[in-house]
Amino acid sequence: MLSYLIDIFLIGVSAAIINNFVLYYFVGICPFVGVSRKISTAFGMGCAVIFVIAIAAVLSWTITAYILMPGAPLSAYVAGMFMPAEAAAGIDLTILSYIVYIFAIASSVQFVEMYVRKFFPPLYKALGVYLPLITTNCAILFACLVIMSKITGVDNPADAWDLGRALTLAVGGGIGFTIAIVIMAGIREELNLCDVPKPFQGVAIALITAGILSLGFMGFTGVDSGLRKAMMPKPEVVAQAQPATEAGK
Amino acid sequence: MADQPTAAERFIQGILPENPVFRQILGLCPTLAVTNGLKAAITMSAAVMFVLFCANVMISLIRNLLKPHLRIVIFTLTIATFVTIADRFLAAYVYQMSKVLGPYIPLIIVNCIIICRCEVCASKQGVVAAGADAIGQSLGFCLALSSIAIVREILGTGKIFDIRVLPAVWPDWVIMVLPPGAFLTFGLLLGLVNWYSARSQQTAGGK
Repeated sequence: MLSYLIDIFLIGVSAAIINNFVLYYFVGICPFVGVSRKISTAFGMGCAVIFVIAIAAVLSWTITAYILMPGAPLSAYVAGMFMPAEAAAGIDLTILSYIVYIFAIASSVQFVEMYVRKFFPPLYKALGVYLPLITTNCAILFACLVIMSKITGVDNPADAWDLGRALTLAVGGGIGFTIAIVIMAGIREELNLCDVPKPFQGVAIALITAGILSLGFMGFTGVDSGLRKAMMPKPEVVAQAQPATEAGK
Repeated sequence: MADQPTAAERFIQGILPENPVFRQILGLCPTLAVTNGLKAAITMSAAVMFVLFCANVMISLIRNLLKPHLRIVIFTLTIATFVTIADRFLAAYVYQMSKVLGPYIPLIIVNCIIICRCEVCASKQGVVAAGADAIGQSLGFCLALSSIAIVREILGTGKIFDIRVLPAVWPDWVIMVLPPGAFLTFGLLLGLVNWYSARSQQTAGGK
């Protein structure tokens, strides 16, 4: 139980700060550059993303675990009505995953928008403009893809992520996005007062600022495996610690 | 339809005057993420070209059936289908590269360039114009990605396509192939492009 809690904590911290979605994986750059002119709008966008990413993570975990992954219970049951049980158990729908995820995200954004407009008008006023934009936010789809790779991509079925881990990753990633975009908006509000050379005004200087910000966040590299070692001294768990190096190669 | 640009104009505009990356600031996610090597950048551009071409042609063919409030969903679903094809193809034939690109291939689905071209061009114009537009835009995308990748790979490793171009004493700027290098290179190149186009406009206006 304790090791599970530590694992959850590490996944959350890692997604939020150490391997920040925006500054490390470059997902969600479009709103990061486009909607970071004022702190208040940036914060609104961040909250909307956290909200939608959590819903999308739950949906994608459920869909992947019960329908898409090889030998998933629900699809095996449905297929079992038409074919022998051995063939039905091996059914693999992962090829449909991208279409299903994007459809789930688009429709959940649509439903969230309708629900919020009906029941929380003040929240709708605050988030309203940003909600439809979120459909095409890479961060949401990226979270779904990571969750999928943690379910279908593991060699040992016992290592597959459960719903708690998936949700933590998504919310952590959303919080990381919010942190990055709010810091960025704070810097850009100050940048308005600076004498930036004309060709660099606007997006160019924002990107260079983001580069420096990303340098700062690079200071956290490796903290997750260090934390894992410090918190879980058991050797078999230490062996599982995988530093995320895909994007750095 | 009279004031719509022709196919040739669409093609030319995509490459430089309306370059998707440097002018419209779209599709930043792959621009920053896969430009640490020229090979990855070119593979990514090829995948985007395939998806953009197919999606543009498909949307252009069904443009009279589209309902306005459902069009974005139709665009994304069409794109997702072609991205799945591209992803499976890459995994089958260039497995190493597909590993390197990782989640950024499926993320083509939410690449704003493709949705933007479907919206601006393919849902209004015929198949020929839409196809030419797709090829022009993806060549522009390829150009932008390669320019960033060349700068980053040369400064970061001293090599390009595994051929050493800088002398061996060059201290590799490892930071250039890490995430911050992407932001810095793209920001500086964007400033350079802005400066150059402002200057050429000035000289053209002075005459």
